[in-house]
Formats: sequence, C-alpha cells, structure tokens
Amino acid sequence: MTTKRIGMEGSFAIAEAIKLARVEAIAAYPITPQTHIVERLAEFVANGELDAEYIPVESEHSAMSACLGTSAVGARTFTATASQGLELMHEVLYVASGLRLPIVMTVANRALSAPLSIWTDHSDAMAIRDCGWIQIFAENAQQAFDLVLCAFRIAEDLTVLLPTIVHIDGFYISHTIESVELLEQKVVDKFLPEYRHPYPLNPDKPVTMGAFGPPPIYTETKKAHEVALRDSKKVILKVWQEFGKLSGSHYAPVESYKTEDADVLLLCMGSFSETAMMSIDKMQAEGQKVGLIRLRLWRPFPTEELRQAVSKAQLLIVFDRALSLGGAPPVCSEIQAALYPLKTKPKIVSFVGSLGGREISIQGFEELINNGMNRAKRGKLDEFEIIGVRE
Amino acid sequence: MESLAIYVPRLVTIKEYFAPGHRACMGCGEALAVRLVCKALGRNIIIANATGCMEIVSSPLPSTSWEVPWIHTLFENTAAVASGIEAGIKILTRKGKYNNKTKVVAMAGDGGTADIGFQALSGALERGHDFIYICFDNEAYMNTGIQRSSSTPFGASTTTSPAGKVSIGQTTWKKDLPAIAVAHGIPYVATACHSYPFDLMNKINKAVEVNGPSYIHILSVCPTGWRLASDLTIRAGRLAVETGIFPIYEVEGDRYTLNLDFPKLRPIEDYFKLQGRFRHLSKETISQIQERVAAKYSKLKERAARNNYQQ
Repeated sequence: MTTKRIGMEGSFAIAEAIKLARVEAIAAYPITPQTHIVERLAEFVANGELDAEYIPVESEHSAMSACLGTSAVGARTFTATASQGLELMHEVLYVASGLRLPIVMTVANRALSAPLSIWTDHSDAMAIRDCGWIQIFAENAQQAFDLVLCAFRIAEDLTVLLPTIVHIDGFYISHTIESVELLEQKVVDKFLPEYRHPYPLNPDKPVTMGAFGPPPIYTETKKAHEVALRDSKKVILKVWQEFGKLSGSHYAPVESYKTEDADVLLLCMGSFSETAMMSIDKMQAEGQKVGLIRLRLWRPFPTEELRQAVSKAQLLIVFDRALSLGGAPPVCSEIQAALYPLKTKPKIVSFVGSLGGREISIQGFEELINNGMNRAKRGKLDEFEIIGVRE
Repeated sequence: MESLAIYVPRLVTIKEYFAPGHRACMGCGEALAVRLVCKALGRNIIIANATGCMEIVSSPLPSTSWEVPWIHTLFENTAAVASGIEAGIKILTRKGKYNNKTKVVAMAGDGGTADIGFQALSGALERGHDFIYICFDNEAYMNTGIQRSSSTPFGASTTTSPAGKVSIGQTTWKKDLPAIAVAHGIPYVATACHSYPFDLMNKINKAVEVNGPSYIHILSVCPTGWRLASDLTIRAGRLAVETGIFPIYEVEGDRYTLNLDFPKLRPIEDYFKLQGRFRHLSKETISQIQERVAAKYSKLKERAARNNYQQ
C-alpha cells in the first residue's frame, strides 16, 4: 500500500499529501517556516503534476479570504501559514468555520512578535484556539503527511463540514529531512473521494452565504457550530481507524507512551514528544515509573480520552510551549478543567518552556520530570514555572 | 435621440435579482444602483459583498434579498474572496465539475474599497482575475453612522470630520480610486451614477464581456449621510455629474471616453446647496473647491480629446 521509505523534508511530505489529495485550489503567501510547502506546490502546478488553481495572494488575510471563495464554490482547498500570518488571518478563520467551509491548512508553529522570532513554539496555535476549526498536532514528517490526508476526509465529511488545521512545529517538522512512506495515488483516491459541497455558490441554485445573525438567531447558529465541532470527533476516530487499516499508521486523540505502570506522566503536544519519549525510555530503564501522554487532537478537546489516559496516574506534569500572559498556561488550564470534576485525579504540575525555539534535550526532559516530582512532593502545585530561564 | 429614450426602458428586464423588502433607507441611491446593476448582470453571476450598508439591509438571517448566489464574509477582503470564487470556478470548469459561464462580481462601499479593502483590491486587480469590482461610493462610512473615509469629498461634514469653529469638515481631497484602478493596467475602468441608469447598465454589460478585471465606480447618493431630502436622490446624482464634481467616463485600455459632457458645467453651489453636509462652507472654500473641480475636469476632457484626435 505504501511506497518505499524515502528521505524527505517535512514540508515536501505535506506537499506530496496535497498532490495525492488532488487539491483544486491553493492560496499561497510566504512566511517562514511554512514557505517550503507552498514553494513545492507551486512547482507541482508549474510542472503540470497537480491540476490546481494557485493564487499567489498579497497577504495571509487574503490567502484565507481567497480560500473562502474557492471552498464556497466547491473546490478542494488548501493553504499554509505560520505565526504572524496566522494572526493576520485571525478574523477570517472564524468566518471559514462559521460558514462551514472544509478548508485544510497547515500551520508551521512559530512564536509571535515582539521580539520577532522565526523559531517554533505554540503561541500562534494558542492565539487561535477558539476559532472553531478542528485542530490536530503532528509530531514528525510522517504524521504530518498522514494527518493532512486524513484532514480532508474529516473536514469534507457531510456530517462535519468544518475547516481543519494540522499543526506542525516549525523547522522541527517543516525543515527536517526524515524518512517517510508515502501512499500510492490509487490508494489515496479510494480513501479520499472527490469533494462535493452540498450547497455551493452556483447560479443554477442560488444560495445566500454569510447573512448576518441578529440576536434572535445568533446564539442558535453558534450552538449548531459547537455541536458540529464536538460531534466531529466520531468522524475523526472513524477516519483515523480506516487510515490505520490501509497505511499501518494508527492515530488517536490522546496517545500514550509506556504508561502501563507509570505513576508519573508527562504531557506534551507536538514534535517534542519524540525527545520526551527518549527521556522516558532512559528513566524507565533506570527503574523510574514514568510515562508520556501526547495530546494529538486539540479541538474538539478529547476530554474522555484524556481522563481515561491519566486515570491511574498520581502526578501529571504538563508541558506548555506557550504562555497565556497573566494567566495559566493554555494546555494546562484545559487539562485542569477536564480533570477537575473527577473524584480521583492526578496532581498536576505545570511547566512552560521551549519558547521561541529554545531547545530541550533528552536530559532536559529528564530534569523537568524530576523537577515536577520534587515540586509535587513539596506541595508546590499552585504556580507554573518557566523552565531554563537565565536570570 | 430623446424620443428613443421612451422605448429604452422596455429593453431592460422586468426581472428583479435584488428583491424588494430590504431595509435600506428611503431614497437610498445605493439600493437603486444595486438593483440596476443586478438587472444588467442577469442570473449567471456570483456576488461577493463586503460588510456595509448593502450587506446589512439585504441579509438578516434567515431572510435574503438576493435572487442570485451571494456571499458576505468580511469588510476588507471582498476582492480576495472574489479572486477565490473565480479561481474555484476555473478549476472546477476545467475538471468538468462546473457547467455555467459565471461572472464573478465583488461589491463594496467606499470604505471597503478606498480604505480597509484597498490592499485586497489592488492584489486582485494585479493578479488579473476575471471579475468585476463595483464600488458603491456614498462618500463616507454610512453604515456605522457617517464617518469620513478617504473617499469623502473636501469640505464635507461627517461625524468624524465635523465642521466646527476651527474646521471646515473634511480637509483632504477625495481619493481618486478610478485613477488608481487605471494605474493597474486593467482592461476596463468606468464611473457611473444611478441617476443615469442606461449609461450605468451599459457599462455593466461591457464589463461582463471583458476578459480580466474591470473596476466600476458608482456614485451612490445617500440622503441620510448627505443630509438631503430623500426625494432628491436622482437630482443630486445628476447635479454631481452636471457640475463636474463626479465626471462620468470610461477607460478601455489607454482609451478615455467622457460619456456625458456638457458645454458648460453648472456651478458647484447648485449641488452643494441641496446637502446639509456642505451647508457650513464659506464662499472662499467653495471657490477653492470650484477651481479644483474645473481643473480636474478639463484635464480629463483633454485626455479624452487626445484619444479622439489619435483616432
């Protein structure tokens, strides 16, 4: 089913997925570290390898706006961005989800200015947390390829019809050459049938899209959006299961790594999970009862799966790669909200780190876990700590 | 010629694509312009509409005034949305999934065009999408309560450029959007006004036939914002043209045509005196504006004459 393993940059693997998905419209605006994706796609279109309309827009705001147009007439639509670009399209994201247009986007996660930083963290992702899109985090190039393909199936499902973001850590995934197995075109064609929007803009059957919602109807439209986003989890699970069967790569909203006998769990999101896995291997070999939880599905938030995954743990160490300045770290506050109603739940220690591309090594995660265990022992659970700060 | 005018209206379809029952103010020039535009466009169109008066008066969920496919998303992105629609139609047609020769039309007010949507408009014109961009210019942000835009004329009093003891109101000259559109080198640019319906509809028909971007700038009289009696909309539009304040012309490639010319322009006071927004202006300011209007008009006339000479 899959092709042979090849060495490939993460961005190129994503571009391959877009080509295999027979995407029909691409809006492109350059921003580091996303640009390799749209550059590769431009080559595919220029060489006739992908029959798509490529719109080289003049800003990210127009990129997402053009996507509204292409998707509203029923074309399969893709774009990619990062950081400031994502912030510039912020208001358009809410329109895309509110109009139920199944656009797929890759965000190469990057810090937000000021100070300017082109390096990775999750500040951009957290700033658009509430935009009503399905949001999934990948950890490596293979996952990025797989999850982008799945994203079209999920987004375009007629019971879902919601735009979907696959987050990839900038540089760590976008610019790193990894070994990747692609899928054959005929396999993808079977997995991902042609897209037909049920109510496209078309003079043969005129529709009004984007009418304004006065107070007697606005709440109902937002409730419908909320229900659709929550219910999309069923389709996400179904699509990932089907994809697992045909590719051998299995995905779940919350994924556990060596958690069977673990009393202490570290929770990560994105590419750093892979480094953390190596720390867990090392610590387990030394006899420590530690394990790792990786949050893959960010929206809709997988509350049940999370509760299940941490049910036996005594301590949960949550690692955020973004700050909610003046408030609690975003992933941790979500985890706390999900676990708060439970009678038995692990203690939670919150860390923030690796902002603006600062590295964390295998040893770094080991120290973080030990630090978390110490803080739990001392009962210091009320505040989060930013790790590795030079003072 | 004049006797023919009796029959001309019979050539216009009685079909309405912009349905009555919308919530525009009495005497709204923009609603009239939209109605005429839609008649000229016919049914094979998709409209992308910016936020503004026209979106608000025509689309309160779950009702709509639009008998043609219509999408509203945001204020500043209409040209970009239209780009997407055009590109989407292109690829779907190529793949045999779309079988309709559709013209894409972007509609926005002067704020959505000259100010907040300026970049998206420039981008879409430069990329050469096959679409018509129509600016319905009522010379201020009327939907939010008459705030000045860069398309508000010099001397007009608005809620954010109020005339006061030390201010004459708007102190900047109206941004020349049609000239900026021409500078993009697009195939067709025109100005029009709802007070000259057949000229307006002819220009829409021309734009439909153009392959590539066209830009049409329609002066849309706003009785509410201009503080004008609502039965004077048509007259105000005519006076804007007859005084030379808003010349009606078109540019096809390099070729300028002054569609309506007058042996002698009327004094601008004739236009100003109908409207509350200019009531505070002194004789000196009016003559300053008069001078500028005359200079701009003769420059345009010269440009159009040069074409004729070359011909």
